Amino acid sequence: MGTFDYDVIIIGGGVTGCAIARELSRYALDICLLEGEEDVCSGTSKANSAIVHAGFDAAPGSMKAQMNVAGSRLMPDLARELDVPFRQNGSMVLCLSPDDRPALEALYRRGLTNGVEGLSLLTGEEARALEPHLTGAVEGALLAPSGGIVCPFELTAALAENARANGAEVRCLEPVEALERRGEGWAVTTGRGALTSRWVVNAAGLSAGRIHGMACPDHLEITPRRGEYLLLDKSAGSHVTRTIFQLPGRYGKGVLVTPTVHGNLLAGPTAEDIADGADTAATAAGLALVRERAALGVADIPFGAVITSFAGNRAHSSRGDFLLAETAPGFFDAAGIESPGLSAAPAIGRYAAERIASALGAASRPDFDPIRRAIPRPAQLPDRERAALIREDPRYGDIVCRCEQVSEGEILEAIHRGARSVDGVKRRVRAGMGRCQGGFCTPRVLEILARELGISPDEVCKNRPGSNLLTGTMGEADHENH
Amino acid sequence: MRTTDIVIIGGGPAGLAAALAAREAGVSDLLILERGNELGGILNQCIHSGFGLHTFREELTGPEYAARYMDRVLAENIPFRLGAMAVRVTADRRVTYISREEGLETVQARAVVLAMGCRERPRGALSIPGSRPAGIYTAGAAQRLMNIDGYRVGREAVILGSGDIGLIMARRLTLEGARVKLVAELMPYSGGLKRNIVQCLDDFGIPLKLSHTVVDIHGRDRVEAVTVAAVDGQRRPIPGTEERVPCDTLLLSVGLLPENELTREAGAAMCAATGGPVVSDRLETDLPGIFACGNVLHVHDLVDYVSQEAALAGESAAAFVRSGGGETGRRVRVAAGNGVRYTVPQFIGVDRMAEAAVVRFRVTDVFRDVCVRLSLDGRELTRRKKRALAPGEMEQMTVTRSDLAEARADSVLTVELEA
Amino acid sequence: METRELICTGCPLGCPLTVTLEPGGPVVKGHTCPRGEAYGRSEVLDPRRTVTSTAAVIGGRQARVPVKTAGAVPKDRIRDCMEAVRRLRVAAPVGLGDVLLPDCAGSGVALVATKTVERT
Repeated sequence: MGTFDYDVIIIGGGVTGCAIARELSRYALDICLLEGEEDVCSGTSKANSAIVHAGFDAAPGSMKAQMNVAGSRLMPDLARELDVPFRQNGSMVLCLSPDDRPALEALYRRGLTNGVEGLSLLTGEEARALEPHLTGAVEGALLAPSGGIVCPFELTAALAENARANGAEVRCLEPVEALERRGEGWAVTTGRGALTSRWVVNAAGLSAGRIHGMACPDHLEITPRRGEYLLLDKSAGSHVTRTIFQLPGRYGKGVLVTPTVHGNLLAGPTAEDIADGADTAATAAGLALVRERAALGVADIPFGAVITSFAGNRAHSSRGDFLLAETAPGFFDAAGIESPGLSAAPAIGRYAAERIASALGAASRPDFDPIRRAIPRPAQLPDRERAALIREDPRYGDIVCRCEQVSEGEILEAIHRGARSVDGVKRRVRAGMGRCQGGFCTPRVLEILARELGISPDEVCKNRPGSNLLTGTMGEADHENH
Repeated sequence: MRTTDIVIIGGGPAGLAAALAAREAGVSDLLILERGNELGGILNQCIHSGFGLHTFREELTGPEYAARYMDRVLAENIPFRLGAMAVRVTADRRVTYISREEGLETVQARAVVLAMGCRERPRGALSIPGSRPAGIYTAGAAQRLMNIDGYRVGREAVILGSGDIGLIMARRLTLEGARVKLVAELMPYSGGLKRNIVQCLDDFGIPLKLSHTVVDIHGRDRVEAVTVAAVDGQRRPIPGTEERVPCDTLLLSVGLLPENELTREAGAAMCAATGGPVVSDRLETDLPGIFACGNVLHVHDLVDYVSQEAALAGESAAAFVRSGGGETGRRVRVAAGNGVRYTVPQFIGVDRMAEAAVVRFRVTDVFRDVCVRLSLDGRELTRRKKRALAPGEMEQMTVTRSDLAEARADSVLTVELEA
Repeated sequence: METRELICTGCPLGCPLTVTLEPGGPVVKGHTCPRGEAYGRSEVLDPRRTVTSTAAVIGGRQARVPVKTAGAVPKDRIRDCMEAVRRLRVAAPVGLGDVLLPDCAGSGVALVATKTVERT
């Protein structure tokens, strides 16, 4: 058994798997990333708080703490290399009761121990001076200027694109069904066939427990922990400028209120352990809880401007920490990656890649190119540059999504870079992400997808196969209807 | 920079009527900016009949009504651009737009007419819980997919909201072979016309469930069912009344919102009740030379009134081009009194008003046998008996210049209901 | 004797009507104006509706052309009219008002285009 299809197969195209693929593509290795859904960024990475934590939260010495602090330090440079929207807007943790003051101070000390820079403790007055919409109930706050916000969709897609540009293969709709030790490596069976690899990385998010069980004798318990969110219109986007947390409780960090990097306002998440990881339904109780809790710290949130609500499931491990280790020969677990997984991703990518490359004795690739160019965003260009871009390619002058001013040119580029569904387009270029939530642009996005992919309009899906938007075309035989 | 006398943003019914009125008033240098690929706006997808009874004394379909105006715009050689999306309007009337052909263009206008229309409230605005599968459409999006693109959107549908678009789509889906299980309406009454309830629901035996709403959506890939529940007087779902209705499609017809991002960015004063700008009796916003009409000003239920209103905006813009303007002199505030949700206009420039001004308004609830009363600083000017009033139907009263002859600069004209 | 409950569509008032089919013709009760009575009578004697839909266009700038029956057709012929429209293929150009079917599904009413669709 000398030859393998790949040196490394990464299972899971979330932000963790894509970061590992990108960092591994620095080395002279044959890499393949397998994603079960139709596109990368289809699980936990697509529905979270979209923030880069400063790193004061995790227990000192834990992998969470190490990776978070290192990841948030790497993020500014990574975002620059990959041309991904990122802003260090700073964060604040609110103390809402004098009784909690010791807990706030403990958090401050923990942050110092974890190596978070620039932390300071504020009085309620000082906090309100910085964030005028904080409620009178705010007794004090921990200020962390290194906290940030990022676009998780674009970060994940950009990592995958950059990995691909550096030689990695990214294969979607290939859910892993079986994994077996084969000689000095692994045989991986997907929904489409069999592949072999010297190493396997488990970055399967909510499925990481199942994948772990295929390779290791022990049990890894991953519990889907649902978090529900409300997203508000850009008209509410400056209600707060920093990410506003409440003191952590037993179920995670509590409800936060934050601007997003695209200028909306986001409130959430709840935290509820559920049985089915695929169940991302929002609940009336959960959404009510978000409103109620968010209002404890931030006053007058214009909830009338909510444009959508959603839920995402975090992969909570019973071990309480990220599992980042070679747990079987040639099998690397990147599992239990719940919050602060997005913040930690740049560091997890490096950490995993360094260990695997060293085990494989791989050399660095001299031609590794860390730069990825974003899809042009004409709406964000100064008039003169926008005009020049449209002159060069008139399709950037054809506005398809009016709320976010997304042009046909951007949508074509999104498809060119791997979008296969309406959601894939939406996550890459924000068509349908705005205040009308796709009411106006869905028909055109659908038409462009059908044309570019060479499929019939009724084959276009919202996301996974089976999520077809249409049930047929008029004037054609439709036996179920007639 | 290019200059134009009047730029009209939007080539739907409001924009077309405004352009024609401005041309009739003697302004030749006009430009209509339309973001779609044809003039006529939303009327192109409203293929049902019922338009134009007031304007043309006959019953037209949406495309036919639009054609009456489009033909005149073409005959008058009024310039228009298709696929041209206005992205910025400044208080000093510079309009920037984007198009394939021209790239990014900025035009300095002497007057601007805002006629951008409205959009539909999405699911998120209601925070309906549940999953987010394919098969959830706003009624207008489904209407476009069916009537313009010729697609089928679903086989078994539930419709939330009994406004006219929801009712029209219930019939449309049924006629195209889909099964509409029910129409749920949060309020204890329908916002739609009686005629539509009879001809779109009753004709096909589609149940209308008043005081009901959708409380859950099921299905991972495509909608599999929705849960419908009754609501109490505060519109809260009543536990124990939930019913799971299998379907593959949920249409939402839960309200329209004037699309005023450009208006806000220009800095115009806005009216919270209408979602549109505050305007005078000449339909001028508080930014001199910028006028508004149609659904961008307030949501209408009849296109005939849109055309009337837009004609006034076009005339006013033409007058502004001729003789300048901005409101001077006495400015009477129009107030929504008891039982009235809003009025348009919100103020009247008494010293330069026409012989008469139309005050359009909507009521807050269903009323029977009431009087609409118009009073100036508490002194009654007119009253009119009404057998029935409903929030879904726009009403209007006329106030004359002589009614307001004695108005002071801070006078208030109140529209209110009396038992 | 057969009675039918209707809602008058003449105006927003929506009067509830009771129409009794007497030997001498229908008797309407519950109306508050002459229009209500006329509506009640016609709705039981000969209920009619205008049918609108879209038809497939061949070689046009748009794939569908909106159509309507030129007048109201008997209510029980609506389905037949829809079926006729569904089978229809119209070659572009189509002009607004063009008669596409002189007698739509035997209703005695023509089917006309309600929009102009140019050739590609």
